[in-house]
Amino acid sequence: MAQVITRPAPTAPRARPRGRRAWRDILVGWSFILPNFAGFLLFTIVPMLTAFALAFLKWDSYSDPEWVGLKNFTRMLGDENFHVALRNTLFYAAGHIPLTLAAALGLAMALNRKLRGVPFFRTAAFFPYITSLVAVAVVWNMLFNPTAGPINQLLEAIGVSEPPRWVASRDWAMPAVIITSVWRDMGYYMVLYLAGLQTIPKEYYEAARVDGANAWQRFWGITVPSLRPTTFFVAVMLTIQSFKVLDLIVVMTDGGPGRSTLVLAQLIYREGITEGQFGYSSAIALVLFLIVLTVTVVQFRINERRSAS
Amino acid sequence: MTALSDAPPAGRAAPPGGSPGGAGRDRSAAVAARRVLAYVALTVMAALVLVPFAWMLSSSLKRDNEVFTVPIQWIPEELRWSNFVDIWERIPLLTYLGNSAFLSVTITVLQVLSGSFAAYGFSKVRFPGRDALFLAYIATIAVPWQAYMVPQYIMMQKADLTNTHLAIILLQAFGAFGVFLMRQYYQSIPDELCEAARIDGLSEYGIYWRIMLPLSKPALASLALLTFVNTWNDYMGPFIYLTDNDLWTVQLGLRSFIGQYDAEYAMMMTGATLSVLPILAVFLLGQRYFIQGIATSGLKG
Repeated sequence: MAQVITRPAPTAPRARPRGRRAWRDILVGWSFILPNFAGFLLFTIVPMLTAFALAFLKWDSYSDPEWVGLKNFTRMLGDENFHVALRNTLFYAAGHIPLTLAAALGLAMALNRKLRGVPFFRTAAFFPYITSLVAVAVVWNMLFNPTAGPINQLLEAIGVSEPPRWVASRDWAMPAVIITSVWRDMGYYMVLYLAGLQTIPKEYYEAARVDGANAWQRFWGITVPSLRPTTFFVAVMLTIQSFKVLDLIVVMTDGGPGRSTLVLAQLIYREGITEGQFGYSSAIALVLFLIVLTVTVVQFRINERRSAS
Repeated sequence: MTALSDAPPAGRAAPPGGSPGGAGRDRSAAVAARRVLAYVALTVMAALVLVPFAWMLSSSLKRDNEVFTVPIQWIPEELRWSNFVDIWERIPLLTYLGNSAFLSVTITVLQVLSGSFAAYGFSKVRFPGRDALFLAYIATIAVPWQAYMVPQYIMMQKADLTNTHLAIILLQAFGAFGVFLMRQYYQSIPDELCEAARIDGLSEYGIYWRIMLPLSKPALASLALLTFVNTWNDYMGPFIYLTDNDLWTVQLGLRSFIGQYDAEYAMMMTGATLSVLPILAVFLLGQRYFIQGIATSGLKG
C-alpha cells in the first residue's frame, strides 16, 4: 500500500498527510469507477459466477434448485445433442479459424500498398463486418439457393454438374455458414494485420532484395516472423469467436437442416432459455468456457516457446 | 519504381547498381505488368467482397419472380422503386427503426459516459486494489457471453424485466469494452498533465471533464461508433428478451418478416437494404474512428 501511495511523480508536492491523502484517493478513485462497476458487477460478474454454481445444480423453471454434483456433466456424456453440437462447433472452428486468418492476411498484404483506390478497397473489405447479421444471413441464403442461386449458377457454368445444395443439405450447410462467416469477419482481422504490417521496417525488405531473396522467401523470411505477435492475437480472437458462434447460426440456419449446424452456444440457448433447464445449460456453458480457456492457454504456450527459440 | 506484389508499402527505387545494363526496359515493363496485375487482383477481390451487396441492392429493385433468374440479371429491366415505399406498409418499419435508434443511442451514451469515467479512475487516480479490479475487467473479456446468458436471463425474469427495453440497456451499457478502450487511450496521455492541473487547483472531476474528455475525442468517437453499430446490429439480445412486436428492433422485425413471407424475395432484400443504410451512413462518416478503435483495442490488449 505504501508503495502505491509513494509512486506518483517525485516532483509532485506532498502537502497533506499521507493517510488522509490515501483515503481521499480511494474515495475519488471509487467514485469514478463505481457507475460503471455497479452495472458491470450486477450484470456481468454476478451472472458469470452464478453460471459456475448453476452447473452443479438441478434447476428448471418448474422446480426448486437442488445440488446434484457432477450429474449434469455425466448427463452430457450421454446426450446426443451435446455430441452433435460439440462436433459441429469443432467443424466450424476448424474451417473458420484458418480460412479467416488466411483471407485477412491476404487482404492486408494486397491492400498494404500505395496505389490509387486502395482506401476504397479497404473500406469495401471492412464493411461486411459491420453489416447487420440478419441482412448478411438473408442475402447469403439467397446466394446459396440450390437451384437458381448465383453461386450454383457459377459452379454449373464452370462445369460442376451437381453443385452442393448448401443450406438445404446436411453436409453442406456448415460449409455455407463458414464461407459466410469468413466473408463477414475477414475485414476486421485485415485491419489488425494492416496495423501489424506497417510496423515492419522497409529496410528489412530492401536488404533481403539486395541479397536476392524472391517474394516468396521475403514473405516467409520477413513478413511471417515479423507478424507473429499479430497472428498470435488474431488466432486467439478467432478461436474464442469460433467456439462461441451463435447469432449467425440462429439467423442463417437455426441449427438445421436437422441438427447439422447445431452448435454449443445454441444448445445452451435452447436448453437454458427455451427449455428452462437452467442447471444443465450452465453445465454446457462451463464446458464451452473450459474449451475456450484451454485452447487459449495452449496458444499462449506455443507462442511463448516459439518466441523463446 | 517497384510496385511489389507483396507486403511492403510500395517500395522506393531499386538499389543503385543492382541491375546490370540492358535489363532496364524489361524491368519497367515487368513493373507495369505487375501494377496491372495488382489492380486486376484488387478488382477481383473487391468484386468478391461486394457481390452480396450488389445482389441485395439489385434484388431490392425487382419483382419477386425476377429475383431468381437464369442467367442472373444484375441490373433489373424495370427498377421498382415502389418496393421501398410499399415496405413501410407491409411491416411497422418506423416502429422498428425507432426502437433500434432508441436502444442504440441510450446504450451508446451510457457506455461512453460510464466507460470514460471509470477509465479515468483506472488510469489517473492511484488507490490500493485498483489494478486487481482492472484485472477482473480484463478477465471477463475472456469469458464468452454465451456462457452466462442463461443466468442473466433468470435475473431479468426474476426482476420482471423481460420484454422491456430496460433489460437490454442494463445488460449492454456497462460492458468492460468501453473501460478498456478508454483506459488504453488515457494511458497515452502523460500523467504530468494531470499533475499540473492538480497543482493549479483543479479537482479530479475537473481534470476529467475539462482536460481528459476534450483530449480523448478520437477515442470517444471510436467507442461511440463501435457501440452504436454493435447495438444496432445486435440480434441475440432483442431476440431473447423482446416478445412484443411494438418493442422489436429492425433486426428482429426483418427476421420475422423473412420467416413469414419466405417467397417475397424482393421485399426481403428491400428490408435488408433499409436496415443496412443507417450503418453505411454512420460508417462512412466515421470510418477513421472505427479503424482506430479496432487497432487500439485490438493490438495493445
